Amino acid sequence: MDRRTFLKTTAALGAAGVASPRLAAPALAQGAKVLRFVPQANLANFDPIWGTQYVVRNAGALVWDMLYGVDSTLTPQRQMVESEEVTDNGLTWTFRLRDGLRFHDGEPVRAADVVPSLTRWMARDPIGGMIKAIQDELTAVDDRTFRWRLKKPFPKLLYALGKTNAPVAFIMPERIAKTDPFTQISEYVGSGPMRFRRDEWVPGARAAFETFKDYKPREEPSSWLAGGKRMLVDRVEWVIMPDTATASAALQNGEVDWWENPIADLVPLLRKNPNVVVDIADPLGNIGSFRMNHLYPPFDNPKIRQAVLVGMNQEDYMRALVGDDDSLWKPLPGFFTPGTALYSEAGGAMIGKGDIKTAQRLLKEAGYKGEKVVCIVAQDQPITKAEGDITADLLKQIGFEVDFVATDWGTTGTRRASKAPPSQGGWNMFHTWHTGADCINPAGYPAVRANGDKAWFGWPNLPAVEAGIAEWFDAADPAAEKAAIDKTNAAACEGAVYAPTGFFLGYQAWRKNVKGIVKGPLNFTWGVSKA
Amino acid sequence: MLGYIGRRVLATIPVMAVVGLFVFSLLYLAPGDPAAIIAGDQATPEDIERIRASLGLDRPFLVRFGEWAWRILHGDLGISIFTNLPVSTLIGQRVEPTVSLMLVTLVFAIVVAVPLGVLAAWKAGSLIDRLVMGLAVTGFSVPVFVVGYILAYVFALQLGWLPVQGYTPIAQGLWPWLANLILPSVTLGLVYIALIARVTRATMLDVLNQDYVRTARAKGLAQRHVLFVHALKNAAVPIVTVIGIGIALLVGGAVVTETVFAIPGLGRLTVDAILRRDYPVIQGVVLLFSFTYVAVNLAIDLLYTVLDPRIRY
Repeated sequence: MDRRTFLKTTAALGAAGVASPRLAAPALAQGAKVLRFVPQANLANFDPIWGTQYVVRNAGALVWDMLYGVDSTLTPQRQMVESEEVTDNGLTWTFRLRDGLRFHDGEPVRAADVVPSLTRWMARDPIGGMIKAIQDELTAVDDRTFRWRLKKPFPKLLYALGKTNAPVAFIMPERIAKTDPFTQISEYVGSGPMRFRRDEWVPGARAAFETFKDYKPREEPSSWLAGGKRMLVDRVEWVIMPDTATASAALQNGEVDWWENPIADLVPLLRKNPNVVVDIADPLGNIGSFRMNHLYPPFDNPKIRQAVLVGMNQEDYMRALVGDDDSLWKPLPGFFTPGTALYSEAGGAMIGKGDIKTAQRLLKEAGYKGEKVVCIVAQDQPITKAEGDITADLLKQIGFEVDFVATDWGTTGTRRASKAPPSQGGWNMFHTWHTGADCINPAGYPAVRANGDKAWFGWPNLPAVEAGIAEWFDAADPAAEKAAIDKTNAAACEGAVYAPTGFFLGYQAWRKNVKGIVKGPLNFTWGVSKA
Repeated sequence: MLGYIGRRVLATIPVMAVVGLFVFSLLYLAPGDPAAIIAGDQATPEDIERIRASLGLDRPFLVRFGEWAWRILHGDLGISIFTNLPVSTLIGQRVEPTVSLMLVTLVFAIVVAVPLGVLAAWKAGSLIDRLVMGLAVTGFSVPVFVVGYILAYVFALQLGWLPVQGYTPIAQGLWPWLANLILPSVTLGLVYIALIARVTRATMLDVLNQDYVRTARAKGLAQRHVLFVHALKNAAVPIVTVIGIGIALLVGGAVVTETVFAIPGLGRLTVDAILRRDYPVIQGVVLLFSFTYVAVNLAIDLLYTVLDPRIRY
């Protein structure tokens, strides 16, 4: 090929490229409304029971519907269910599904789909597991009716079916729901307000959802997971952006419409843009935490754990996380989400005040022998990195010997599950955080459990905490629930189940032409419109 | 020549086998567990164990390696642990953006760097030479992500000429495709320009002092002809070598560039897979990169014979 031929060929190819139709672009109707959303993380898998990451739950809420859904007051409301009956002894529940519910493949939703869906969910969900333990029978009575017989009453049943924390009790077609709960599904058919476009899914880059025309929203106005889930856009595209500066620029440039979690550092920049709105994402916020391993010295000694809680200054942690914006954080002398009905400060007076002298005294009295504290800190998560830096300084001030292990979240996830001694691949301390929605009560909050070997990482064994939680599960009215949580909180503070580093809020941001965005524990896309 | 190509292609097989064994062993020894990541924060240690068993991660090293190698020999890269999609599908989705980014970067870098290097050599010691070398030092010194942010701020946010992020397939038009690639390619190309320009300058300085160049000038040939036909052609072998070596540089730079400009390419696929410990994906991508590197080296070796007829295999 000579130079002239080469130039002619490239020019022709270029012209053909310019003139070619958008073959790879989805066929969208003229004027179709597309909402482009930047989620908190990559949608790396799409089985909301197998993978319990929040991002999977959030996408799942678009595709799969639920029997019940909590509203913004955290009260479970009927969703797929038309009516329910419970016997006087609280042992038999009979549910009737709404008429006309359909899956995205056109098949009707039947009670026979509900039974295996709940069975699969119970195998993976902590509160589901509690129901399974007292379940006598779960059966489909007819196409629209199913019955649940229990061996003892479970007053929190409807809450469990409608809660926000993962895994959520989504309803799938029978053939999919029969998949082993520890094996990933490969077909994504739900009966929710949007269909998942598997053919357009590029994990790590984008996911697309189309409005499901046959969806029957409830008549009530939508409120979080409850009410009529009416889609006001034709299509939702999730654009995955691992780099926050890029997401910020894309939002300012109008290339995306809604960003789920802008970091605090970029918020002043976004606020300067007249086309961008910034607001709190979730009023239930987050609880920062680090966990101590109760199995090995020095944190097998309750007095040493107390020393850490007393010496810890929550303000230090919160400023490291959210900067100087005081409206974004609160001290948290307890374990439950501030602003919710069960919030308690019982027994928490000493927590998080930064009393180093008392902490040093407690450490001395406890007979600390200078054991190294293996402190695991995931450096690839801004929250854990900031917390870890503060903790390392805190421990040194109190008088601990610290072995600071800088690692990534993937390694932390593995190592924290190890019950080996810290010197043999185990650990003494790791950092994490919990969403406030998970910490409103003990139902979906394994981090507060203290049932020894069965407890969350760190394996606290504190019977008083467990007694309080059991009391809450059996509580019949709000006053009894509150009393039980006060007991739980006090016992958790005394035994230092874990160390709460404070309560903090995060932001979300969107373009001004987008309306209807609500604050909540997940990005509720129904009711959101785009001009 | 055909015999040489055959021998080189055959030599690729043990190289790939060693790479495969190395990658598999490295991932086996590396800390981290995909089962723990999949299980999420609510999981109990028992849940993690069950997921590990369902993924086959609890089996001995040799069994896992044997199965993986057998599948690879049959052209099957396996299934991603996280997405449940074939690794070949995931790679297939990501090849076009990365190849596009690398090609545009390569063309941009060569078109800019070679003339700059020639110019610097021709005007050695002058202000132009110092400017070119200053640019080269800057290109080496400034991190890719800093250049990326500056370019995105100026050309996308302030001027609004180009998009901030994303990738448009070439099937959707040449300009949309190119518009998404200009900023990333300039960002990624700066290091490459620096490398090629410096080598071009050094090689050209050597060649321009040769007798045959003096003869060409004495014959009254135009300066452009002397520089680009007589001198550059004879300086081409080291330059082509550096361009080839630089492909590895491009692969490394593409990881950062694809992240900064949200391009769904192989670089991001690799990083995502590493962070999640998605072993089949990591193994597949590393094998692909290794194979590409071996192929590029072979192509460059063959190109030597075109550029310098004295070289024979």
